[in-house]
Amino acid sequence: MTGVNDDVPGGRELLRVEGVTKSFPGVRALDGVDLSLRAGEVHVLLGENGAGKSTLIKMLSGAHRPDEGRILVDGEEVAIRSAQDAERLGIATIYQEFNLVPGLTVAENIFLGRQPRTSLGLIDKRAMRARAAELLRRVRLDVSPTTPVAELGIARLQMVEIAKALSLDARVLIMDEPTAVLTSEEVATLFGIVRELRASGVGIIFITHHLEEIAALGDRVTVLRDGRSVTEVPAGTDEDELIRLMVGRDIAEQYPRQRPERPGAPLLRVRGLTRDGGGRQGAAFRDVGFEVRAGEVVGLAGLVGAGRTEVARALFGVDRYDAGTVEVDGRVLPRGDVRAAMRAGVGLVPEDRKGQGLLLDASLRDNLTLARLERDTRGGLVDRRGQRRAAAEVAARLKVRMSGLEQSARTLSGGNQQKIVIGKWLLAGTRLLILDEPTRGIDVGAKVEIYRVVNELTAAGCAVLMISSDLPEVLGMSDRVLVMAQGRLVGELSGDAATQDAVMELAVRPATDTKNTYESAMEGSDVG
Amino acid sequence: MSAEVLRAPGSVSGQWFTRAVLRNGPLGGLIALVVVMAVLSRDFLNGQNLLNVGVQASVTAILAFGVTFVIVSAGIDLSVGSVAALSATVVAWAATSGGLPVWMAVLLGLAVGAAAGLVSGALVAYGRLPAFIATLAMLSIGRGLALVISGGSPIAFPSSVGRLGDTLGGWLPVPVLVMVAMGLIAALVLARTYTGRAMFAIGGNEEAARLSGIDVKRRKLVIYALSGLFAAVAGIVLAARLTSAQPQAAAGYELDAIAAVVIGGASLSGGSGKASGTLIGALILAVLRNGLNLLSVSAFWQQVATGLVIALAVLLDTLRRRSAR
Repeated sequence: MTGVNDDVPGGRELLRVEGVTKSFPGVRALDGVDLSLRAGEVHVLLGENGAGKSTLIKMLSGAHRPDEGRILVDGEEVAIRSAQDAERLGIATIYQEFNLVPGLTVAENIFLGRQPRTSLGLIDKRAMRARAAELLRRVRLDVSPTTPVAELGIARLQMVEIAKALSLDARVLIMDEPTAVLTSEEVATLFGIVRELRASGVGIIFITHHLEEIAALGDRVTVLRDGRSVTEVPAGTDEDELIRLMVGRDIAEQYPRQRPERPGAPLLRVRGLTRDGGGRQGAAFRDVGFEVRAGEVVGLAGLVGAGRTEVARALFGVDRYDAGTVEVDGRVLPRGDVRAAMRAGVGLVPEDRKGQGLLLDASLRDNLTLARLERDTRGGLVDRRGQRRAAAEVAARLKVRMSGLEQSARTLSGGNQQKIVIGKWLLAGTRLLILDEPTRGIDVGAKVEIYRVVNELTAAGCAVLMISSDLPEVLGMSDRVLVMAQGRLVGELSGDAATQDAVMELAVRPATDTKNTYESAMEGSDVG
Repeated sequence: MSAEVLRAPGSVSGQWFTRAVLRNGPLGGLIALVVVMAVLSRDFLNGQNLLNVGVQASVTAILAFGVTFVIVSAGIDLSVGSVAALSATVVAWAATSGGLPVWMAVLLGLAVGAAAGLVSGALVAYGRLPAFIATLAMLSIGRGLALVISGGSPIAFPSSVGRLGDTLGGWLPVPVLVMVAMGLIAALVLARTYTGRAMFAIGGNEEAARLSGIDVKRRKLVIYALSGLFAAVAGIVLAARLTSAQPQAAAGYELDAIAAVVIGGASLSGGSGKASGTLIGALILAVLRNGLNLLSVSAFWQQVATGLVIALAVLLDTLRRRSAR
């Protein structure tokens, strides 16, 4: 496609990435990625979740090191081994999760570890405040340098991060989805600042999922897909074309949902589920009620922190709730009793696969048979042979790529690990499977295999409740979508009404300046 | 998708020997130690002495089998030495001052051991105390109660139970038989029972176990109760050998037991461990002591040697884990 054009604004090349490759156990996160950034340019990095954007910027900021390929700054090959190396080269990164210390002031955060000193070696507070004030003026942030960072909202925190990057005299500024959590006014301010920085010769790598921002702010776009840099195009490229480049395949092929002709009887009925705050068990939720029918996939969408995981854990009996009922097949489940929920046929694939789903150092057999251990115990002894047979069957059915059932779960790739967690519930005879972020950090191929399992389950009369922050996934796989915001169920969308815009509209309606970041969930994987 | 990269364990052919040695580290270590002792001392490798080693290992091994359950579930039990002394004291006291029939006294002693474990388990599971603290408390309580019941002095052990310290047919020591029997029971519990499999699950990832329907709290009660029960058996065997229940007996044995479990390849972070490994661990400690005695090495230096062996064993274990990743 378009090469390095002469009509692209900006000056000489600041940064060049050539053929960079990076593998993690089980996943090739980057595969021969090329990228070039000029002074005075906003270069947009576009790609789906898991396409490799986060890995690439972590490489530029010293968090990861490439297996192969070169990184050049000002035409010279460099090795970025640490955050300090990146800083020395003038590369600053603003992550979705800010690196600010809440208890310290704005000025202290900006100069953390680099505070100006007096001749006695003490911190020169006056100089620090004066320099901070000047930086804050540059980012048009109207707060005192002595304000504690904890008192600032998310948009202002971002400005502090930018001021910090400016204080480092960064020539390359990497911004990872900076607009994800901002209101449109705040976005306008941010764009103004970014344009000023561009005019002053800074090269900016800008990651966004909002296509309309590309034409508004960008100069060039590099599209990543499945760890490869697919192409580089001008920012004026048509949005449909950008989507096609980013996805690389039809949506139908990516989300092979076979919707049931008519859903069956209600399997799960939740009424008035409420938990007051108090913080001990995560966010609160209020008056949550919904139904899941046999043969259905119901999506549960919303921002991170909206209470989706909390509701799922409560109805599975992991955490307690204060009011409301959970019925399975018309029978009310006791509160806070995982085993009762399991006996009723409910299973939960938790969002933290390694922390809550797997015995990482145990064998696949032990992992797969864990939820049916009690059932396999007869006369005080566990039927290990029967377990082995059952585990082998389900592993074959799920096409788990393994060397054998005695292999430890740790050594599997993310996708295959997730198949093991799902297989555990298949073996336990689960009829209502709750999937919490089921494909986070999983490559595209394994995702589709997991979707096929979902289809098989619902075809067999089971039901699936799917929590996902990956909107295309929720929309592609669900028959109905429930939307939660700030602990409440704020809407239900089905069929054509369920669009990304409609879901987001509901999800962000109650308040816009929250600390919940939708996009951070979308990139929450370790190999994003 | 073709980008999936599986790391097949043990694939590189040149590494199989290293792996084989590391994987069977404890057994290899025991064999090496026996060979060294046999070379250094002519008295070591005869039947009578080896049976002595077995007798010396028996109490530690039985304690250690119980501790294995706890360590596999990522806990720790510091109380087993005290509980052993308490149980033996209860048996002796019940059969003499209490006037109970001997079989009832023995049952009572076993029940006291299990009950002590149950209390530790309740403190850990329901009181949310760290296992280290809960069992440290039980260490003190058990020892104290043994002293209270006995008034601080040894109580003669009933002679019918005292046979547990004798030999069968004039040559086979009963403690060795008890050790083997308890070892088989421990192996069965670990490999084939619901509680045993739950130990591995809880030790591997307690949250995942809970979310998979393991009744973690109740299992912890059972696990610590089993440890207490094994401690009671060990205490009775020890008292039978000494022909009296001594309230100060088995002090510090909990550390030997933990050492045996760890030398046997279990990880203190839980999720792994074997009864056979623990038996080997106890035998390694016994062979070391017996051999050093034969070589007239002073008891002071023996402690140094024991410490070195423990450090070496765990070092090997760490290497093994690293190579398995």
